[in-house]
Amino acid sequence: MTATTYRDAIREAIRDAMQRDERVFLMGEDVGRYGGCFAVSKGLLEEFGPERIRDTPLSESAFVGAGIGAAINGMRPIVEIMTVNFSLLALDQIVNNAATILHMSGGQFHVPLVIRMTTGAGRQLAAQHSHSLEGWYAHIPGIKVLTPATLEDARGMLWPALQDPDPVLIFEHGALYNMEGDLPQDAGPVEIERAAIRVPGSAVSLITYGGTLFKTIEAAEKLAADDIEAEVVDLRTLRPLDTGAILESVSRTHRAVIVDEGWRSGSISAEVSARITEGAFYELDAPVERVCSAEVPIPYPRHLEEAALPQVETIVAAARKAVGAGG
Amino acid sequence: MSDDKVIERGHLLDLLRDMIRVRRFEEKCAELYQETKIRGFLHLYIGEEAVAAGAMCALDAEDTVVATYREHGHALLRGVPAEAIMAEMYGKAEGCSRGRGGSMHLFDRKTHFGGGNAIVGGGLPLAIGIALADKLRGRPQITACFFGEGAVAEGEFHESLNLASLWQLPVLFLCENNLYAMGTAIERSEANLDLPVKAGTYQMPAWSVDGMDVLAVERAVRAAATAVRAGGGPHFIELKTYRFRAHSMFDPELYRAKDEVESWKHRDPIELFTERLRSEGLVTDEVLAQIEKEAAEEIARAIEFAEAGTWEPVEDLTRFVYSEPRGEEAS
Repeated sequence: MTATTYRDAIREAIRDAMQRDERVFLMGEDVGRYGGCFAVSKGLLEEFGPERIRDTPLSESAFVGAGIGAAINGMRPIVEIMTVNFSLLALDQIVNNAATILHMSGGQFHVPLVIRMTTGAGRQLAAQHSHSLEGWYAHIPGIKVLTPATLEDARGMLWPALQDPDPVLIFEHGALYNMEGDLPQDAGPVEIERAAIRVPGSAVSLITYGGTLFKTIEAAEKLAADDIEAEVVDLRTLRPLDTGAILESVSRTHRAVIVDEGWRSGSISAEVSARITEGAFYELDAPVERVCSAEVPIPYPRHLEEAALPQVETIVAAARKAVGAGG
Repeated sequence: MSDDKVIERGHLLDLLRDMIRVRRFEEKCAELYQETKIRGFLHLYIGEEAVAAGAMCALDAEDTVVATYREHGHALLRGVPAEAIMAEMYGKAEGCSRGRGGSMHLFDRKTHFGGGNAIVGGGLPLAIGIALADKLRGRPQITACFFGEGAVAEGEFHESLNLASLWQLPVLFLCENNLYAMGTAIERSEANLDLPVKAGTYQMPAWSVDGMDVLAVERAVRAAATAVRAGGGPHFIELKTYRFRAHSMFDPELYRAKDEVESWKHRDPIELFTERLRSEGLVTDEVLAQIEKEAAEEIARAIEFAEAGTWEPVEDLTRFVYSEPRGEEAS
């Protein structure tokens, strides 16, 4: 085992991919000389040179579109968008080109592109730097949406994403970069289609992904202290959703709480809830609960930001409500 | 006219033939639209044929072409079979995009036709990425990116020209200035009407050409393509042209005077070029009749093919949202 961080695990994944396949290159704002806004790509410029660790101007639409074009024309680009907030400047390229070209061309032009971006709140960065829009992207057919939360997934999801012939968006939660832990020396690619049970349990399914995974695990530990055995399901991939794993868990626990840093309305939590209703309605012993962000632009002061986001206490309360243990 | 290819008679007749093929194809499309054989949006290229005819013959077979939603002529002259284009407009499975794209989304991998794009300016970032891949792989290809003057007002124009120049990418920006972005006259959308000056601020060679003169277009595009291919970085050409028909089949043309349209029709690129060839004794009524006959036959074959085409089974609705295992090779 080697001590590492989420940030280092992603860097190692990029390095590994660049060594394995000369068609892979990294492109984005400040990925080179600066070393990456979140220091993910630090040192890679020195190792791979400016052709493959390619700094771009602040032109999200152009460099995301360039990633699409390069992918169509035989490369395997990793485009880094500094944060999901800025990805809105490239929305046209992602939604109107990356997601449609294979279909519009009748299967002729594949877009084997990976776009990585930071997502999420929790760092007092205020409304324009705190969006969690991965659920939004999961709405769109033609792209895949990955949300690595663990070190293994941070290390392992990139390579299969690059092997995928279609565009894959990887959302890295900003609060996770400093997370430390151990990874096996030979850690490598992981599968990217299945949800994972992070904590097994039988009383209630706590279904989450990304930045709220560890809050949810902490909530499960608190619940365990009260003899409520909560199961924590990490969705890992928001599109395509592993509906089977969700239904399987809920069919065993008969209760579900969905934890999502996105806003409640029209969210991925709404989608998960709908699939439970569609596929496991008669298994439910209680209404599906949701813990989402408050429907406000994320505020700057710490106390208000904390109040706006899912927290261990709110997850515990929702789980207790679901099992009928009172709040 | 220094290029031997330009002055050779056979080539001149090819240019004329190409323009006539596009004109007749588009006229037939308008009829088929009235007959509801073609649905959706239909944008005709009538009046602008000299641009595609002059430009396409100056490109190499391995170059990539990125076009707009007014791209039937570009596809046809790039070498996409008329049958496949017409079948696409019919929405048939035999269409060049299996019927999934329609008039605005003609794609053809074989001829490196990277699509009609229905978002104004949406093709520019794509084109620089295609060119970036060619450059990174050390290939000699260039990418020709067609767009209208309406796209010049989009942010993608700025971002893409800047990036192409910064990275010295092998892209040829071909701006078809037909004076109207749908119904908005360029005077009402651009602060600077001198588009080469605007493009030139990105440190790339940029100039204007009479887009109604097929030889001028060819000469300019050939020179620019040669320079781009030689490593000269991106080039920009404004092709001054005019659309004789409405923006689309839904457009009542309230925004421009009939006189203006009529006066531009005096500069019809096909008539101008025909007269020129006639005056030089290079074309006769007989030759013209033959060209018209061949164009009519090509279109008749295309319609026959489209009519005989099949509808994609509804069961296949969700195919090609994601790649299929063991589908066509990615590159």
